[in-house]
Amino acid sequence: MSAVVNLQGPGRPGPDLKEVVAKVALGDRNAFSDVYDAVAGPVLGLVIRVLRDPAQSEEVAQEVLLEVWRKAAQYRPERGEVMAWVLTIAHRRAVDRVRAAQATADREHRIAATSHTPAFDEVAEQVEGRLEREQVRRCLKGLTELQREAVALAYFRGLSYPQVAELLQAPLGTVKTRMRDGLIRLRDCLGVTL
Amino acid sequence: MSTADLHTLTGAYATHALDLAERAEFERHLEQCAACALEIAEFAATLARLGAAQAVRPPREFKQHVMASLNTVRQEAPHSEHKLAATSNGRRRAVHRFVLAACLAAALGAGGIALQQNQQADQARTRATTLQRQQDRIANLLTATDARTTSGLVTGGGTATLVWSKNQDAAALLVSQMPALKNGTIYQLWFNDGGTMRPAGQMQAGTTAVLLTGHVNRAIGIGVTVEPTGGSTQPTEAPVMLLPFV
Repeated sequence: MSAVVNLQGPGRPGPDLKEVVAKVALGDRNAFSDVYDAVAGPVLGLVIRVLRDPAQSEEVAQEVLLEVWRKAAQYRPERGEVMAWVLTIAHRRAVDRVRAAQATADREHRIAATSHTPAFDEVAEQVEGRLEREQVRRCLKGLTELQREAVALAYFRGLSYPQVAELLQAPLGTVKTRMRDGLIRLRDCLGVTL
Repeated sequence: MSTADLHTLTGAYATHALDLAERAEFERHLEQCAACALEIAEFAATLARLGAAQAVRPPREFKQHVMASLNTVRQEAPHSEHKLAATSNGRRRAVHRFVLAACLAAALGAGGIALQQNQQADQARTRATTLQRQQDRIANLLTATDARTTSGLVTGGGTATLVWSKNQDAAALLVSQMPALKNGTIYQLWFNDGGTMRPAGQMQAGTTAVLLTGHVNRAIGIGVTVEPTGGSTQPTEAPVMLLPFV
């Protein structure tokens, strides 16, 4: 358990990951090892957060990391940071897994069964990056309840926006705009720039 | 679904909350909406902060497992822009006015890009006469029967007017009072191919008119960035200005 967990944030030290990914695209395994060290903790953490099942999450996280290796040449640095690219892949794969599971389960029952737990709960204080987490938490608190729930249910539970609307008993159009408004407010609070 | 509705789907798209059909519809919209693409990229970066805050320490053997699996995975080639351009066969993609209008409205709302639309070629000609250093080709462009213009403010000061002609497949930028540049930097121009920036020449500080290098082709707009002297193959900083072909 000695791997360093790097959290992307303002002033994060270390090599420029964009350049490292360019080396990965050339088949450089040492470069991939560096990318792994930077992203594996966030990838696994996010996938676990969405799927809740640690064994299945490791499988999905591995698929994500191998997709990073496979598609390194397609990463476009002008479109954003490496962490955002990798976590977008991770989230999509986790959500695909959730949807596949839902297709074979009693969807209504599943949603109802989880509807009274908070959409985002306390994150275990087991890794570095407390400041980053505090900032994220503070910014989430700056959202209206509907914005926060809409973003959290979609992002952390992998629900579709009609499912979010059903859970929150809000019109589809309202949920759509609250997701966008919430993300705009989060973006500004976190000082995200490209 | 209306275009205005489509634009509000950026949040649901970024959180992967759309079903497959809506996702496909939105991605078609995204190809033509640079403002949407920018918003999606910003949301992806925002959500990455939420995601990264969930980080855990993977078991050590997990890394060994992943590294050992690299052998079994074939790496893919980069997406080729040339291939995309070739398949368009020189034909301009149909521009959906309403889509671009929605993007414009969004860009204005975002406050990062101030745009002023001006569709009168006559005014472009008038403006042209006030510019001191005109180049022949730019003059040709300005007097083209199908010349169109759009104007915007430059971050840090100054204004710019984009002039283009579909018939000539060319575009020029007329600028005034652009901010002075630090030594070792230039303004670089880009065609915006649906979010991918294609180099379109350079401009020294003090230049008032410049013809963009290359064809407009399928570009949905242009961008200007500050780059090291000599230019870059892709933008290294946020653009000081983006203007759409509308």
